[in-house]
Amino acid sequence: MKFIDEYRDPKSVTLYADVISKATTRPWSIMEICGGQTHAIVRSGIDQLLPPSITLLHGPGCPVCVTPAESIDKAIALASRDDITLCSFGDMIRVPGSTQDIASAKALGADVRMVYSPMDALEIAATNPDRKVVFFAIGFETTAPGNAAAVAEAKRCGIRNFSLLTSQFLVPPAIEAILSSEGCTVQAFLAAGHVCTIMGYDEYEPIAQRYRIPIVVTGFEPLDIIQGIAMAVLQLEQGTTTVENQYVRAVRREGNPSAKALLKEVFEAADGLWRGLGVIPASRLRLRDEYAAFDAERKFDVKTVAAESHSPCVSGEILKGRLKPSDCPEFGIHCSPEHPLGATMVSSEGACAAYYRYRAVRK
Amino acid sequence: MSDNSNRDVQPSCATPVTRPRVITLAHGSGGRIMHDLIQDVFIGAFGGQEKAQRHDGAVLDMATERIAFTTDSYVVDPLFFPGGDIGKLAVCGTVNDLAMCGARPRWMSVAFILEEGLQIKTLERIALSMRDSADHAGVSLVTGDTKVVEKGRGHKVFITTAGIGSIDHGLVISPDRIRAGDAVVLSGDIGRHGIAVISSRQGLSFETEITSDCAALGNPVMALLEAEIEIHCMRDLTRGGLATSLVEIAESANMGIQIAESRIPVSQPVRAACELLGFDPMYVANEGRFVAFVPQTQADQALSILRTHGNSQGAELIGEVTGNMPTGVTLLTSLGTQRPIHMLSGEQFPRIC
Repeated sequence: MKFIDEYRDPKSVTLYADVISKATTRPWSIMEICGGQTHAIVRSGIDQLLPPSITLLHGPGCPVCVTPAESIDKAIALASRDDITLCSFGDMIRVPGSTQDIASAKALGADVRMVYSPMDALEIAATNPDRKVVFFAIGFETTAPGNAAAVAEAKRCGIRNFSLLTSQFLVPPAIEAILSSEGCTVQAFLAAGHVCTIMGYDEYEPIAQRYRIPIVVTGFEPLDIIQGIAMAVLQLEQGTTTVENQYVRAVRREGNPSAKALLKEVFEAADGLWRGLGVIPASRLRLRDEYAAFDAERKFDVKTVAAESHSPCVSGEILKGRLKPSDCPEFGIHCSPEHPLGATMVSSEGACAAYYRYRAVRK
Repeated sequence: MSDNSNRDVQPSCATPVTRPRVITLAHGSGGRIMHDLIQDVFIGAFGGQEKAQRHDGAVLDMATERIAFTTDSYVVDPLFFPGGDIGKLAVCGTVNDLAMCGARPRWMSVAFILEEGLQIKTLERIALSMRDSADHAGVSLVTGDTKVVEKGRGHKVFITTAGIGSIDHGLVISPDRIRAGDAVVLSGDIGRHGIAVISSRQGLSFETEITSDCAALGNPVMALLEAEIEIHCMRDLTRGGLATSLVEIAESANMGIQIAESRIPVSQPVRAACELLGFDPMYVANEGRFVAFVPQTQADQALSILRTHGNSQGAELIGEVTGNMPTGVTLLTSLGTQRPIHMLSGEQFPRIC
């Protein structure tokens, strides 16, 4: 398949594995930010091709994982109202909130629709004027422009029964939170290619300079990832700390100006609570006051709910790169995708769920 | 003009009232209307088959000591999808369960739960499709039942079929029969049914239409048995896909199975759709594919036989049984790395990004 097979070619992947082996003279720890990259690494076994002195750490870039239980509780509270239809991406449906997941609420009678795009939710609103349609807008800078476009379109067309429950996050503040956390072991980052397709990578340059750390904007196929690792290793070995772009077929330094303009028009940054990581300043995208009529939290009286209960989950340590899923004593024993204890097990792209699915598991 | 337009006909003396051709609660009442439905739709479709008589049950002549017996229910949405429909699925699914026991599919029962408001022409189309599928598979639809539920209490049509097959050989076909060194043969490309149904349900269109692999597997299985292939185990791949079937077999047998990613056939359109939706084709549903575990010495012969049958033309040798250390299923990836294959926690959902 064109544009897929080239990037999964075993010979090319082996070539870069050799480059890494020859270049590596000491141990290095590299964090891939994106859950999609974690999933691809573990699924294709890229870590098996690396010298043992290279450690891959799995970052917080899984939107489903880092959505706080409180947001899911709000989604359930909204969906349980007789007049509201909740639209959500499929992989959010099974993620537990404080007491239950959206799938259980649906089974108990809540009107929940699984959609593929916020535009599908807008269409449901347009064709069901008697329903109040709320789209559960989760994600990073990658998916946020789609959410912004849906809101802008709703405003333009006067579709007033449409709103967003937002849980949207920004990557650079999370990178800075990890780098400034105590005991941080991350020595280089693979930045998320899709996020940079929208945002570009100029905002990563001050971070690379300030923290003296190489950052490589990296794609998602095995060849992308191993090339990104090779570029990071070469920088580490040479002592350089620049932002490089491996994903040149999709990413420009300035990103996608139209998408960025739309984001700026509809959303603004605010302090954000991340599941597993806590509050990170200016890390969340919320609707601007001009779009308050499309903000489900301001439009409806959503009850605040109890905070996450105390759990033995160490996902915060995993998301900061201080532990691997297999270091957790609960992994595979009391914590599984069927009964997740925390952020990194709740979604298929969380590091613990990826290890559970693609690695031998203690049971 | 729609069927419902007939409701406007005034009940004058001279003009007979034509009822709208939709299912009403009366069609499940046990009275004349129900009998007429059975006569017109079901006996009309299945009537040519030898045992389709109006009786409480079917009396069967069995000249065999061992039989296989199975049942399954079908609730697919949409009712019609590229490459099949609920009727074809209901026949093929039960035929395939019998075939996987090494049985020759012989007789089948069918029970319909109809939702009030269903168009009768839709039911006729389903019944005729069942008849075609049954004829093709050499199985007789011998007894049945119909119930009607109020609108909103069902989803158009639910079908339950049960089947009986005769076992005309001495083999025991079961997971605990698989042995180290057995070849794992897959009967064709995977993932087509799941993608065809989800595309149809969600209105997704691809450059090339993806049709379901829905098919009866009795004939290729009988051909293997007639050629005296010593089949140790078979499993048709349905929900959960290839991965789940292999994991179930490995767990039942407490054995290890290794398969090679590069040998598993997946059509280009299915691969493309899976890439788009974030699905792994190994976990996508099939309705006309099976795996067979056969002695390595008979693997080539089994492949040759399968490849002479239309719906197993794309058969491939995908792996082997490695023994009981370690147990479970291991995938040799295209990059030469290895990873275990597990069952999914639930159904696959499209990924967010």
